[in-house]
Amino acid sequence: MHPVLKLVSQRLALGILLLFSASVLIFVGTQILPGDVAQSILGQSATPEALANLRAELGLNDPPMTRYFNWLYAALHGDLGTALTNGQDIATSMGRRLGNTLFLAFWAAVISVPLAIFLGLLAVRYRDRWPDKLISGVTLASISIPEFLIGYLVVYFVAVKLGWFSSVAMINDGMSLLEKLNAIALPVFVLVLVVLAHMMRMTRAAILNVMQSAYIETAELKGLSSFNVIFRHAFPNAISPIVNVVMLNLAYLVVGVVVVEVVFVYPGMGQYLVDHVAKRDVPVVQACGLVFAGVYIGLNMIADIVSILANPRLRHPK
Amino acid sequence: MADTLLQINGLKIEATVFPPGEPPQDITIVDGVSLSLEKGRVLGLIGESGAGKSTIGLSAMAYGRGGVRITGGEVLVNGRDILPLGTRGLRALRGAEVTYVAQSAAAAFNPAKKLLEQVIEATLVHGRASKREAEERAIALFAKLGLPEPETFGNRYPHQVSGGQLQRAMTALALCPQPDLVIFDEPTTALDVTTQIDVLAAIKEAIRDTGVAALYITHDLAVVAQVSDDIMVLQSGRTVEYGSTDQIINHPQEEYTRALVSVRSIEHKEKLPTDAPVLRVKNITARYSGTQFDVLKGISVDLSPGQTLAVVGESGSGKSTLARVITGLLPPRDGTIEFAGRTLASDQKNRPREDLRELQMIYQMADVAMNPRQTVGTIIGRPLEFYFGLRGAEKRRRIIELLDEIEMGEAFIDRYPAELSGGQKQRVCIARALAAKPKLIICDEVTSALDPLVADGILKLLLNLQKVEDVAYLFITHDLATVRAIADSIAVMYRGEVVRYGPKSEVLAPPFDDYTDLLLSSVPEMQLGWLEKVIATRKMESAGN
Repeated sequence: MHPVLKLVSQRLALGILLLFSASVLIFVGTQILPGDVAQSILGQSATPEALANLRAELGLNDPPMTRYFNWLYAALHGDLGTALTNGQDIATSMGRRLGNTLFLAFWAAVISVPLAIFLGLLAVRYRDRWPDKLISGVTLASISIPEFLIGYLVVYFVAVKLGWFSSVAMINDGMSLLEKLNAIALPVFVLVLVVLAHMMRMTRAAILNVMQSAYIETAELKGLSSFNVIFRHAFPNAISPIVNVVMLNLAYLVVGVVVVEVVFVYPGMGQYLVDHVAKRDVPVVQACGLVFAGVYIGLNMIADIVSILANPRLRHPK
Repeated sequence: MADTLLQINGLKIEATVFPPGEPPQDITIVDGVSLSLEKGRVLGLIGESGAGKSTIGLSAMAYGRGGVRITGGEVLVNGRDILPLGTRGLRALRGAEVTYVAQSAAAAFNPAKKLLEQVIEATLVHGRASKREAEERAIALFAKLGLPEPETFGNRYPHQVSGGQLQRAMTALALCPQPDLVIFDEPTTALDVTTQIDVLAAIKEAIRDTGVAALYITHDLAVVAQVSDDIMVLQSGRTVEYGSTDQIINHPQEEYTRALVSVRSIEHKEKLPTDAPVLRVKNITARYSGTQFDVLKGISVDLSPGQTLAVVGESGSGKSTLARVITGLLPPRDGTIEFAGRTLASDQKNRPREDLRELQMIYQMADVAMNPRQTVGTIIGRPLEFYFGLRGAEKRRRIIELLDEIEMGEAFIDRYPAELSGGQKQRVCIARALAAKPKLIICDEVTSALDPLVADGILKLLLNLQKVEDVAYLFITHDLATVRAIADSIAVMYRGEVVRYGPKSEVLAPPFDDYTDLLLSSVPEMQLGWLEKVIATRKMESAGN
């Protein structure tokens, strides 16, 4: 078997294994939470008989192993259960929220990833001169300020003072793409600011590291322009660390945007999760946890696979 | 002077250095060097490390490595001073009029790109040929340089070809834009001797056929004698002697040049093996975990007390692996190691302290074998504490004794490794090994990273210490000149096997086996026309077969 194929399938198998361990952790974690689901549904005034009936109905009397495998079996078939609080099918209601979150994350990524890499290359090209210092300074400042503060600052200045965009990022199915983009402009802007610095600085560091190599001197002595040296000779050898940090940030865009979604009242996964944690709606929390774990593991798996594919020694064995 | 291609007048090059614990200083690397090179000629620049030869070479492209600055003089290429040229002008010069062949082709090729792409890149960037022409040129060069399957060679990535092939590909890279001047910076230093000779012949032929002028930089006078028309000898950034190759090799005027020409003049009388060897390697077979390939196959050698066994071989022959097995870092799959009459545990972790003490090691890279944050005194004192429990004044007295033995003296006791020269660092490592009063020291390429004259000093020191301390050396090296200088017996290794073993006088005397013959005949000799002679002999032999 080709070594790349072997490595990639190893990564895939590892990813699936990791996802299962995550599902165990999520299940156990939600089980050891204080309180009783039946109690929280029926309230403090419920009679013992009613509680016992509901427990039996929900399968809470089964041993934990049985409950875990029942849950996992259903989840694998796309059935994430029903929400305890409103009785709705979780898969359906979460699907729409997930779509919204991915929509927001997608546009934030489309802007931030190329921008971060471009700024990283630019910083290397003008290393230790003013463009580098300016880029580093601005991105460092934006990553140091908490995102909710950036969010409220943006809302105050751009939405309230200037009135260019709405401070509330509500979207629905009836809107056209342009209207939707207009609605999410501010949260996208905040997210770009938050993830930009990390990716840009990693790009800069990874390329600077490669710039020490002897083959960069070879390229310079060929009379190539500085940008060609950086882009054609240094960048291809720095892909692996860059992809890793990009994927971490993409995962953050999906999993970690809770605060930004709350600031802009955006109907995404974050809002959904926060609402249901507050209501102690265990099946919803479990389902959200599973989806987040899947996104996180999936993106990092892609990063690993890209790193493997970017290595010519693995792609073209002797 | 219409044919003068490169003319350097009064070149001065400076750099800023940051010595530990002192303010930054400007030092002069090259001072008042002048030379001229005509079309189609080869000038050899020779000197030890730090002599400024690479720096002068790169000045022909107005390039300064690191913080190096050209601060005076002129560099005329084709009659035009290139130092005042701006970025754009220099870019047009580099990779077109003047090209560069780096020392380590393995590091100088971009691992992420195919060879052909890299070989023709400069030609395309400077618009010196169309893509098709450049590719055809590259393939023709691959063929001329004796690379296998020249048509498809360029489709490979650097890691897919050998070191010798990469060095030839680097030469093709430099010749492809059809430059006027090529700078060869130690192009064969990183290669094994048997590979070096082929690459050297290929480079020489390519220079002759293309009529290009070349600066050939090396520390090995025997090598430069084979390829250059003139030689400039450099020391500490100044010209020592400048003349025709014949004059420099056969009639050197200066003391320093004479020392370079006659380096390796150590006389060592071979001792005969005794009946009770201090080290007996019996039938060792070893492989690295996770591999399916035996790196050592049934190795058996003996070493008598107070003598030197040289293990010679090229990279990949398994000689360093043998050292790892003897020291217990790599437990063998089969075979035993007997040391001072007892069988050693195969794993170093299971060896008693006494075994560890009596078997010491010195490494190739002295600077990474020492903790940079410890003083020389601490480094040498550690084994004294660890093995003999010495403390205070007693320990200090012994450290000074050892420093005297390595001809450095008490003044160095509070110095840090960064303040020492390469040769001094290696001496400190020797003192640290001696501090344990070992019966055997394994020396793994201990002089390979050093300049010839410095290496000579280290070898003399080792021989003297052997007389005084009666210590045995297992001397691992790829350098046959070193072997001749110090060995009592020799084991020649090839692909994990000992192909020839015995007292020095027998191993180095005919009749030879094929491999030893190849190895011995590949060592450059300090005489003009040696390369042609060897190549001609080999051609005749292969024709005869």
